[in-house]
Amino acid sequence: MSDTLAGNKTTTARPTDGLAVLEQTRSAAETYGIPLAVLLEVTHRCPLQCPYCSNPVELDRGSTELTTDEWKKVLSELAELGVLQIHFSGGEPTARKDIVELVQHATDVGLYSNLITSAVLLTKDKLSALADAGLSHVQISFQGNEPNVADRVAGLKDAHRKKLEVAKWTRELDMPLTVNAVMHRQNLHQLPDIIQMAVDLDADRLEVANVQYYGWALKNRAALMPTIEQIEETSRIVEEAQVRLKGTLAIDYVVPDYYALRPKKCMGGWGRQFFNISPAGKVLPCHAAESITGLEFLSVRSNHSIAWIWQNSEAFNRYRGTGWMPEPCKSCEFREVDYGGCRCQAFALTGDAGNTDPACALSPRHEEIFKQAERESAGSQNRFLYRNFAGGTLEADDHQERPHGA
Amino acid sequence: MASRNISVSETSRPKLPRHTKLKFDETRQVWVILAPERVLAPDEIAVEVLQLCDGVRSVAAMVDQLAEKYAAPREAIATDVIAMLQDLADKGFLTEARESTA
Repeated sequence: MSDTLAGNKTTTARPTDGLAVLEQTRSAAETYGIPLAVLLEVTHRCPLQCPYCSNPVELDRGSTELTTDEWKKVLSELAELGVLQIHFSGGEPTARKDIVELVQHATDVGLYSNLITSAVLLTKDKLSALADAGLSHVQISFQGNEPNVADRVAGLKDAHRKKLEVAKWTRELDMPLTVNAVMHRQNLHQLPDIIQMAVDLDADRLEVANVQYYGWALKNRAALMPTIEQIEETSRIVEEAQVRLKGTLAIDYVVPDYYALRPKKCMGGWGRQFFNISPAGKVLPCHAAESITGLEFLSVRSNHSIAWIWQNSEAFNRYRGTGWMPEPCKSCEFREVDYGGCRCQAFALTGDAGNTDPACALSPRHEEIFKQAERESAGSQNRFLYRNFAGGTLEADDHQERPHGA
Repeated sequence: MASRNISVSETSRPKLPRHTKLKFDETRQVWVILAPERVLAPDEIAVEVLQLCDGVRSVAAMVDQLAEKYAAPREAIATDVIAMLQDLADKGFLTEARESTA
């Protein structure tokens, strides 16, 4: 998914053009008080079953979702707080029957709307209604560049064809299009074709996002982890395309942190510049945060305002800043560069969210975890555990294909 | 479809595309440009120029107006304005009014 304005993805303006990117370099509470953009996961329901889904393994059921009126109240409250952009995400946001009404309400209260969608439920009329309601940007996920790989990864027949169709309608309606390609061992060989597909679809932007391994993706790590050779090749392909397509297609690239020496500045730092709201209304420091047990996340249904939860709740303050850090983070010169990496990954891999993210080479667990991932990347376990409300379904044996080059 | 890769010249009649919004952010008391996945903070001059980009006015007319207002050499203003608008156009935040076909 997109972490949008958070830290590492903002462009740096040249001093000559009179523009500066509004970037949050200090704590959100100190500078702007509230994030510029908020991600709303309006539902966890989704017709796709991608094995790397960023939703938590424990999905919110439809019956727990905020109602139309509750979401509208959230949107009004966010606008009043100074939030500027909303990302309607999920699950599949268009699985909600009221999505047009919610986008319209966002527009009415002055918010800029992005839709992060799998696209498969959209009709041309629905997309057109969303555009009329003020939708300003559509981001469509793609699982490959052709149906064999793409539909298998999505766990849905005919998904790829449908996505291509919706992408075309998006541009016909004159809305900017972002193609979001989530990459892993079993589709990385298609990257050059995916880049060309984005160009052919007249997309404005392509996100080449390597899978981040927590939640569903961690369960599927053995089937998804790329080899180091694949990653090196990927970086080369992306860098070449970025130069070649300058002015035609902007390409954002998210590297997998398993193969980095330094951890990512996850979410721009816990509780610094980002929060999202789950289908049931929990206000979260990151979309995977509910995977950390022992933290209590407050809901918009509680008697606290969103601003109060952001500023004062125990869960947001627990890992804010640097005071919570153990060694080696505590005395590390990079502690305010990466804020110790990702709390969810630290929890998933070490059992304690307060540990250094093992993606960091300085973590005592780095070596062991990296070696294990490297072994998995070279293995032949290619079966997916598909994401669903039943805790996952293992792919049928005969659906496997040998990935190119593996 | 709005044209991309436009080349800004004095005859261009630029405007903000539907998905690029210039607004005053009351909370932070700054002007902002809202675009897909981005919030930009234009400086005062950029705001002034962008407010003139209505799809009707030509760049030449904008330059005339600014040169008069600031009693500055027209040539210098033209160079700066075109460079700034071209940069915005390259980023996809500016488009050109379509030629009337009626």
